[in-house]
Amino acid sequence: MNAVTTVFRALDDETRRVILDELSARDGQTLFEICSTLSTRHGLSSTRQAISQHLGVLEAAGLVVTEKRGRSKFHYFNPEPLAEIARRWPVGERSPE
Amino acid sequence: MRINLVSVFVDDQRAALAFYTDILGFTKKHDIPLGDASWLTVVSPEAPDGAELLLEPAGHPAVKPYRDALVEDGIPLVQFAVDDVEAEHARLTALGVVFTQPPTDVGTVMMAVLDDTCGNLVQIVSPKSAG
Repeated sequence: MNAVTTVFRALDDETRRVILDELSARDGQTLFEICSTLSTRHGLSSTRQAISQHLGVLEAAGLVVTEKRGRSKFHYFNPEPLAEIARRWPVGERSPE
Repeated sequence: MRINLVSVFVDDQRAALAFYTDILGFTKKHDIPLGDASWLTVVSPEAPDGAELLLEPAGHPAVKPYRDALVEDGIPLVQFAVDDVEAEHARLTALGVVFTQPPTDVGTVMMAVLDDTCGNLVQIVSPKSAG
């Protein structure tokens, strides 16, 4: 799979999109925090194992990067692959302004 | 049946006693020498006859992989109730305590997760203030 395909496949899932929403609202979350906000704020009852797999897909697509701080692993939203989409199909040029 | 004691494994009992009393604000209940360790418990000053927390030596070989895996994923091992998570987060941060999760609104309660410096993550919760 090429990079663009990986990004679009990663985005083609509501749970993964909600994970990106949550990370863009508060960047740098542990798996525990992501699981607790997904279930309490979004009513998503996925198992921790399933969320972990979703994060793996997002990480493989470059949309999430992880960093070990102390002994815990934190997940960060990386918008760069989305910026590449916007560069390829710019959104501004047909706007009224 | 009542819950009268729960335990957390700690890397160093004396360092743990200092953290759980001086920083978190619990009081020492029992400190009984037992071989090369102690039967060391703390209680909340708000409930001196309530449940005790045993600060248990982490020497067993199974403890490290178990705790490492939980801490990596940010999973707390024990939970304490506070009046106001935001205020407690501010107080503890000023004392140098590291949080792996800042105060988070999870619907019915506010919660946060801190590192107890002895190998565990601790969750604190408070009811959400009205309004």
